[in-house]
Amino acid sequence: MYEGIVQDLIDELGRLPGVGPKSAQRIAFWILDADPVDVKRLATVLTEVKDKVRFCVVCGNVAESEQCRICADPRRDLTVICVVEESKDVVAIERTREFRGRYHVLGGAISPIEGIGPDELRVKELMKRLADGQVTEVILATDPNLEGEATATYLTRLLVPLGLRVTRLASGLPVGGDLEYADEVTLGRAFEGRRSVQ
Amino acid sequence: MSLYRDEGVVLRCQKLGEADRIVTLLTRRHGRVRAVAKGVRKTSSRFGGRLEPFMRVDLQLAEGRSLDVVTQAETIDAFAAHLGADYRAYTAGTVMLETAERLAGEEGEPSVQQYLLLVGALRALTTGDHEPSSILDSFQLRALSVAGYAPSFDGCARCGLEGPHRSFNPSAGGMLCQGCRLPGSSTPSVETVGLLGGLLAGAWPVVDVASARARREASGLIAAYLQWHLERGLRSLAHVDR
Repeated sequence: MYEGIVQDLIDELGRLPGVGPKSAQRIAFWILDADPVDVKRLATVLTEVKDKVRFCVVCGNVAESEQCRICADPRRDLTVICVVEESKDVVAIERTREFRGRYHVLGGAISPIEGIGPDELRVKELMKRLADGQVTEVILATDPNLEGEATATYLTRLLVPLGLRVTRLASGLPVGGDLEYADEVTLGRAFEGRRSVQ
Repeated sequence: MSLYRDEGVVLRCQKLGEADRIVTLLTRRHGRVRAVAKGVRKTSSRFGGRLEPFMRVDLQLAEGRSLDVVTQAETIDAFAAHLGADYRAYTAGTVMLETAERLAGEEGEPSVQQYLLLVGALRALTTGDHEPSSILDSFQLRALSVAGYAPSFDGCARCGLEGPHRSFNPSAGGMLCQGCRLPGSSTPSVETVGLLGGLLAGAWPVVDVASARARREASGLIAAYLQWHLERGLRSLAHVDR
């Protein structure tokens, strides 16, 4: 046990995800040794992030104002919405530079075993966005795991009757992987979604 | 570190650290096992989708101090592929996994019957011959029976008097005769009592023709019965798409 404030710092750091007691101690002593300017900057960012960041009223992505950067951008295609589980997924898709539409962040995936059903996700908000008829295509980009697939299946059931084009991200073999190590489900999907090369 | 092999169904996955997962499995010879799957969340992982819930896999595991480590996995039945594409079957299947996890008992204690029952129920869900919620109800009754909580739908659960009887009470263990009836017992319809017996015995000709009302009533009674014996409710039960 250290004295007073040093122990408090270690305890607080130890509450961060993936930080154990030893790591917390190491970070605490790094902070004690560090340049006061650096530490001040870290402290400012920490308080600012809680004050400034909120969730976009349109898509649910993290934003600094009422609408996120993407929803506020007039150059974005208004007819396509890409549905993702989390804000992290928006960043991942943005990095590909393939998509020019807008997003909708659900806030997770349907997982009954953790008590998360459709009502706990931003499904109602998505249906509201589709009500004005401007959107013609919804891309379901939930994770390609069991919960993500089940969420996509659930959304498909809601969206298809609306007469929209509903698409699902392709899944198959990862670039740079080995065919022999591919599992049966993935390889099966890759066969299902094969395309002709001309 | 000694290696062992077994087959099992993945019941639950929890994220661990940066790219690992803790998978809870119901295995044939070692009962419930919790094991670490290293690097499984990376796209380049050689496990790929094999360690998702509902997958039935042939495994090689290395014994660890607290948790075992999955070293190899081969698919036996890819139930997950079908269940992810059928929402009603998915929600029913999730409850089966949670039920199996809670009834499996101590870690490492073999439970072959529970395992075979779960595999059979998941297979029934993927073939789609019966209603997913009826398969779930039947599975729950039979899983409870295997675990030693068999309900009695025919004779009186307290005195053994031959039925049919009118009152149902989860705490007494099933149907009760007029003399044994406890306060707070419910009085299900005659059709529901017949359906409950059919679900327990796996008599599908009886179950498949039951009315929607009897099915609903039976599901409610089974949920109450399960809740009483598990002491804690199942989280996924509220999300079943019936």
